Amino acid sequence: MNDISLIIPEMLLLALACGVLLLDAFIGKRHPAVTFWCTVGSCLIVLGQVASYVPEAATFGFAGTFRVDVLGTVLKAFLLVLVVLSFFYAREYFNKRPSVPSEYYPLALFATLGMMILVSANSLITIYLGLELLSLSLYSLVAMQRDSVNASEAAMKYFVLGALASGMLLYGMSMLYGVAGTLDLSELLIKVDHLEQQRLLLTFGLVFLVVGIAFKLGLVPFHMWVPDVYQGAATPVTQFIGTAPKLAAFGMAMRLLVDGLWGLVEEWQQMLVILALLSMGVGNILAIAQTNLKRMLAYSTIAHMGFFLLGMLSATASGYAASMFYVTMYALMSMGAFGAIILLASAHSESDQLSDLAGLAKRNPWLAFMLMILMFSMAGVPPFGGFWAKWFVLKEAVVANYVWLAGVAVFFSIIGAYYYLRIVKIMYFDEPSDALNSETSADLKLVFSVNTLAVLALGVMPGALMTVCISATIPYLPW
Amino acid sequence: MTSPNVPLLSLCIWLPIIGGLLLTVIGTRRGERGVKHQALAVAVITFVLSVLLFRDFDASTAAMQFVERHSWIDAFKINYHIGIDGIALPLILLTTFTTVLVVLAGWEVIEDRVNQYMGAFLVLEGFMVGVFSALDSILFYVFWEAMLIPMFLIIGIWGGPRRVYATIKFFLYTFLGSVFMLVALLYLHGKAGSFALQDMQDAVLTLPEQRWIFIAFLLAFAVKVPMWPVHTWLPDAHVEAPTGGSVVLAAIMLKMGGYGFLRFSLPITPDGAASFGWLMITLSLVAVVYIGFVALAQQDMKKLIAYSSISHMGFVTLGLFTIFGISSATGSWQSAAMGVEGAMVQMISHGFISSAMFLCVGVMYDRMHSRQIGDYGGVVNTMPKFAAFMLLFAMANAGLPATSGFVGEFLVILSSFKANFWYAFLAATTLILGAAYTLWMYKRVIFGEVRNPHVAALTDLNGRESFILSALAVAVLWLGLWPAPLLNTMHASVDHLLHQVAQPKTSIAAYE
Repeated sequence: MNDISLIIPEMLLLALACGVLLLDAFIGKRHPAVTFWCTVGSCLIVLGQVASYVPEAATFGFAGTFRVDVLGTVLKAFLLVLVVLSFFYAREYFNKRPSVPSEYYPLALFATLGMMILVSANSLITIYLGLELLSLSLYSLVAMQRDSVNASEAAMKYFVLGALASGMLLYGMSMLYGVAGTLDLSELLIKVDHLEQQRLLLTFGLVFLVVGIAFKLGLVPFHMWVPDVYQGAATPVTQFIGTAPKLAAFGMAMRLLVDGLWGLVEEWQQMLVILALLSMGVGNILAIAQTNLKRMLAYSTIAHMGFFLLGMLSATASGYAASMFYVTMYALMSMGAFGAIILLASAHSESDQLSDLAGLAKRNPWLAFMLMILMFSMAGVPPFGGFWAKWFVLKEAVVANYVWLAGVAVFFSIIGAYYYLRIVKIMYFDEPSDALNSETSADLKLVFSVNTLAVLALGVMPGALMTVCISATIPYLPW
Repeated sequence: MTSPNVPLLSLCIWLPIIGGLLLTVIGTRRGERGVKHQALAVAVITFVLSVLLFRDFDASTAAMQFVERHSWIDAFKINYHIGIDGIALPLILLTTFTTVLVVLAGWEVIEDRVNQYMGAFLVLEGFMVGVFSALDSILFYVFWEAMLIPMFLIIGIWGGPRRVYATIKFFLYTFLGSVFMLVALLYLHGKAGSFALQDMQDAVLTLPEQRWIFIAFLLAFAVKVPMWPVHTWLPDAHVEAPTGGSVVLAAIMLKMGGYGFLRFSLPITPDGAASFGWLMITLSLVAVVYIGFVALAQQDMKKLIAYSSISHMGFVTLGLFTIFGISSATGSWQSAAMGVEGAMVQMISHGFISSAMFLCVGVMYDRMHSRQIGDYGGVVNTMPKFAAFMLLFAMANAGLPATSGFVGEFLVILSSFKANFWYAFLAATTLILGAAYTLWMYKRVIFGEVRNPHVAALTDLNGRESFILSALAVAVLWLGLWPAPLLNTMHASVDHLLHQVAQPKTSIAAYE
């Protein structure tokens, strides 16, 4: 394989994103549908391209800075599917509104490109490149609603804190470079073992890397941006931020911590334990106090990311598989949950208050039933996908001798169950409010149903997705 | 004999689940009557199928029967593995029987979202049969938890004024217990190498491990039973639930706790259970005596029956955990069998009696919309047929000989005598207390002068209500006069269980 053929999907996406940008500038204002379908088409072409080449073993290109392996390929496929799904929701949302900021699609494509580079990175520089491409696109997506005060505030906060986190990450990288003398993750992997004397310095650098990862995942205490951004951004943007980038962040964590700094596993395990405990605790407890649905889901994300870490911190191949399964399942559920808000929203209101859901079961039994499935799934009740996600990470934590942590985690999941149940309660047990019923197009209803029923189907038959996740992490089996 | 190719047991699980889901989804298009008839048809067919299970069941062996095994999640060797023995079968019959009555009980009473109501009960039935037949621990857990969802909705949508509080409390309490069981199961997987129940029962565990696992299981099962002091969700849930919900809760859901002890705690952690025997017996006796007194003070009929349920379930746990005392006192596990069998009979009998009592309250509530004892008085004057039925059930609740209530309590008291005189003495106080709170309530509600014009306007049972109560009356009397079929069904399985319990796992550990 030569270098170029390894990076074909990314190059293709870059070309297509530029094409969509131009197309949108010229005819997008008159025919928004053209931009939309071209965007979806681009993603599907890239998806086909990604799926067409699954390498047997990790293949490196561009002087070892870029890496194509099973994990990266599977993650790319998953995140492209999620991105396409989120475009369908976004289209509905923008169709309802008079002024359509059509830059949404090209920006989202650039963000997707960033994610793909991130999960394929094999050098600290490539990681940073992918991360910045992703982050800068996301900042502008949040800021896109110029007229909204909340959105501007959210964008500002996201940008400032995001820049700080990037700075931290760079600082950590410089530290590693200073000690090991290489930016290449594969070389770093080997060198770390021989640098016993500089272990303190390496650990110091590691701390900053973990901060960067924790910021991207929204882990406590680096979670401050999450609630504000989730609430302030337009719902499809929140949906976008809350789904595919989480997979990319998982990819980044794998690249940095496992592919690069495996030698420091005992150090980062401890850090992740603390982050997981804090996230599960703070996320679940603060979610109870929220009255805004998007904000509540933001805190729920924080808690979920804490749970997700249980797999990572087991530091075994099946632990990574568990985390991968968790984050995929979580992305699917949160896609549905934000999708429900988009379905509820009308042209003039976001319908993101909890009280907007009152008596939904009577007004719109189908939507209420679907949202109930999502809520029980997020709470981790079988037979829905969210249960298996929790089951898988808990199992790996127990196997890795973190039984106490599993015990604490399930305790927090009980607290979490409360606020998910509250949504069901508001929809099913409360009397309907006078909220207007919004018109929803039939095809979005279909997309939403497929999205939610996938959560149910993966709950009844989780085996296939588990197998995919396990086979993607086979290279990490001890040999 | 039915053809062995027919997956009878799977049908008992999936027919109601799929039927219930279909009713929920497409039921609104049909008329209300159509929905009810279909729900009844599904419930009756499921009951008939479970009777076929009983007919073809071979009571002479403790081996699992009607076993079905298919690979479910290959990656972790989790199987769709079901089968029943003499302990599960009676509980499955109880489930399918009760569901028929519950569908009938909601016939005229439920007006709001009938299809969802009926659908929820059918789905619930399927999950409950699944719990009693699962032989893979993860399959068991999935059914165990999934069951909460329909019950949560039943209480929350069709319940009384404080239904939201009650249903969330119910859900969180039971969820609290079961998640720790999940962690224990995952830990056991590491020890046993598989999620199959049989492998877990064969796994060798040290005493500290067994004690921890026992505690995790205890949290799950004690909440379900419910044992004192984690019983507080039950009175709330019972009071607020619609009649059908109360019936299912009391008749079947509580039995899952007892079933869990029989299927998980005792065989998987026998030494852990033995070391906590004192705790279990203490908690059981507190439930029997203290909750009996609490019941005496209730003004609300449903609450009274709820507390009486807790007190009666105390007998179940007492019967299950005196076996260690009996074996050490008499040196033989044979006499311990009586305690376990007594506990099983008590579970089935309590299923019938508590259903009947809740249905009786339901009958009155449908007419008067009050559950307060003080609002009634002299009901016998206007509802003589009803008064006769309720007398039978009240007597059974008090443990009168010739009713099913007597058999279970008597067996448990008799066996606990062998362990310790004081256990039996304290347990026997329930015969007095039970009679006191049940008959006192009966007297205040049924006898005396007609208290107010509402009571005077009451109409006696209609055909549907008579049918439901007659069916339960037959069951209560049949089990009271001739419990042999039930005892024979479970005998081999109980012996097998005691055989498992009698072999301390830690001694094997010491050998290896």
